[in-house]
Amino acid sequence: MIMKKIVLSQIIFIIAPLIFCFQCCAQTISSSELIKDAKQYDGKNVTYQGEVVGDIMMRGEFAWLNINDGSNAIGIWINKKLIKDIFYTGSYQAKGDLVEITGKFNRSCIEHGGDLDIHAQSINKIASGSKIYHAVNTKAINFTLSLSGIILLVLFLRLHHSRKAISARFF
Amino acid sequence: MLVPLIAGLALFKEPQPALDFLISTEITILVGLGLSWLCRTNRDLSTAQGMVVISLSWLAAMFLSAIPLFLSGHFKSFLDACFEAMSGLSTTGLVLVQDLDHLSRTHNLWRHLGPFIGGQGIAIIAISFLVGGTSGALKMYVGEGRDEKLVPNVIHTARFIWLISIVYLILGTIALGIVGLSIGLKPSSAFFHAICIFMAGFDTAGFAPMSQNILYYHSGVFEIVAIVFMILGALNFNLHYQLWSGKHKELWRSIETRSFLLIITLVSLTIMLGFNHFGIYPQLMTMFRKGFFHIISAHTTTGYGTLYSQQFIKEWGDFALTGIIFAMALGGCACSSAGGIKMLRVGIIYKALREDIKKIMLPDSAVVAQKFHHIKTVFLEDKQVRGVLIITIGYILLYGLGALIGTILGYPLLESLFESVSAAGNVGLSVGITDAGMPLALKVTYIIEMWAGRLELMSVFALLGFIVAFIKGR
Repeated sequence: MIMKKIVLSQIIFIIAPLIFCFQCCAQTISSSELIKDAKQYDGKNVTYQGEVVGDIMMRGEFAWLNINDGSNAIGIWINKKLIKDIFYTGSYQAKGDLVEITGKFNRSCIEHGGDLDIHAQSINKIASGSKIYHAVNTKAINFTLSLSGIILLVLFLRLHHSRKAISARFF
Repeated sequence: MLVPLIAGLALFKEPQPALDFLISTEITILVGLGLSWLCRTNRDLSTAQGMVVISLSWLAAMFLSAIPLFLSGHFKSFLDACFEAMSGLSTTGLVLVQDLDHLSRTHNLWRHLGPFIGGQGIAIIAISFLVGGTSGALKMYVGEGRDEKLVPNVIHTARFIWLISIVYLILGTIALGIVGLSIGLKPSSAFFHAICIFMAGFDTAGFAPMSQNILYYHSGVFEIVAIVFMILGALNFNLHYQLWSGKHKELWRSIETRSFLLIITLVSLTIMLGFNHFGIYPQLMTMFRKGFFHIISAHTTTGYGTLYSQQFIKEWGDFALTGIIFAMALGGCACSSAGGIKMLRVGIIYKALREDIKKIMLPDSAVVAQKFHHIKTVFLEDKQVRGVLIITIGYILLYGLGALIGTILGYPLLESLFESVSAAGNVGLSVGITDAGMPLALKVTYIIEMWAGRLELMSVFALLGFIVAFIKGR
C-alpha cells in the first residue's frame, strides 16, 4: 500500500510539471513580449501567432516566413514541407493566412547572423486568408472631376488675363 | 506624383491608390498656380530671399507630399502623414505609418520617391528643369545646404547630380533585384523592393517597404549590398564627380573620406569592445554583422536596421547606444544626401585644433599654417573655421533642444537624445519613442528638427529672421 502511494506520488511529481510546461508552451506569446523580454525567452520553445506577410522566401530545404501579430513581424525559419498549406500572404491585395507556430526562439540566432527569430517545429493554420477587393470610391472620382474643372477654369482665366495684357501692351 | 500615378495604374493595377495620386496632383497644380500668381516677380532673388524660398518650399513640399499618404488611410492624422512626408523628403526615415505590410505599392513607391527627390534636393529639381536665371538658381542651391559646385555652372551641377543619381539608381536596382531573386523573393517583389531599398539607401533615408526594415530579408548578402549603397550615398557628390572623371586618388586624399574612415574605425572598435565586455552577442561574426551594419547605418545617416527598436535599449546598453549617437551626430559627407554635422566640418575642426595646439607648443616667432585636401589642397583660414563652428554649434543646440523637449515630455534622457539626434541628423534609427502615440508636441519638434537638419540650419535661421523683421514691421 505504501509502495503504491510512493509510486503514485512520484508519477504525479513527474507528470505535473510536464502538464504545466505543456500549458505554458501552448500559450501564445506576443511579438512585443518576445522582443521586450528576449533574454528571458532565449533558447526556449514558444508559441507565436499571427498573419503571414510578404513573400515566402525559399532557402533550400527551408524557408523564411515573416509573421505579423499586429505589433511587429518576426522571422520564422521553417522546413518547407511544413508550409504547403499556406496560400495567402498579407499585402495590399490580400489578407494573409493566420497561423500559429511552435518553435525555438532565438534572441540572437547564431545560424542567422544574430537575427531575432524563431526556428519553427510545427505550424498550424488557424484561419485562411483571402483576397481583398478595393472598390474605387465614387466620392473620390467626383472630387477629382470637380478639381479638374477648377484647374481648367483657372487656366482659362490666366490665359485670358495674359492675352489681355499682351493686347494692352501692343495695341 | 505622376510616377506613382502611372505606376499605380499601369504596373500595380491599384486604381484607388492611383486615384489618391490624381487628387493630390490636382491639388498640387492648383496650389502651384495660386502661388505663381501670388508670388510672381521679375526681380532677382537676394541670398536671404533664396534661403527663405527654399525653407518655405520644403514646408510646402511636406504638406503636398502628405496628401496622398493621408488618403491611403494608413495614418492616424494628417500631422502623422506630414511627419512621414518630411521624414522622407529630409532623408531621415523615422516612420509613423500604420500597418505598413498592407500598404499599396503605389503609396509605398511614393514613400521611397520622397527621399530620392529630397536627397538630391528640391532646389536641384527646380534648378535642373525650371529656373531660368543662374543667379537665382545659385542662391537656391546654397539655401539647400550645398555650397559646392561640381562644374562652374550651377545648372549643370544640378543636372550632373541627377545624372549620378539616375545611373546609380539603374545599377543599384539591378544589383538589389538580383540579390532579391537569389534570396527567394518573387520577381515582381524583388525588383519593387530593389528600387525602393536603393532609393532609400542611396539617399540615406532608411525607409523600407516592409515593417521589419532590412531584417525582413534575412540575408547577409542583402545587408552587404545595402552597406555599399549607404556608403556611396553618404559620399560627397563632388567626390563622385572626381571619381567619374578618373581621379581615383581623390578618394584617399580627401579630408572627408579620411575622417569618415577614421571615425567608423574608432566607433566600430569602441562598440565591439562594449559588446564583448557585456556579452551582448555570442559570436564574433554575429557581433560584427549586427554592430558594423548599424554603425554604417548611423554614420551614413541612413537609418536602416536589422534590429527592433526596443533591442537598442534592452540589449545594447548605454555604452553602445552612446557610440551610435556619436556616429549619428557626426553624419556623412558634405554635399551628399547624408545629414549630421558632416565629415568636412569635423575634419576642419580637427585641423584648427591641431593648428592652435601647435601655436601654443612652438615659439611665438613660428608661423603655423594648416592645409587640408578637399578636391584641392587649401590653407585653413579663420573665416572657414568660424563658419564651420557656427553650423556645428547650431547642430549641437538642435540635438540638445530636441532631447530637452523629449525629457520634459517624460522620456529618459539618453533615449530622448538618441531620438533627437536621429531626427536632427536625418538618420532614422529609433529606440521606440517615434510612434503614432507620441505627444503632438514631440511630433512637431521632430518635424522641425528634420527640416532644419536637412537645410543645415542657415535657411531656417533666414526664415526666422524674415518672420521677426515682418513682425517688427521692417
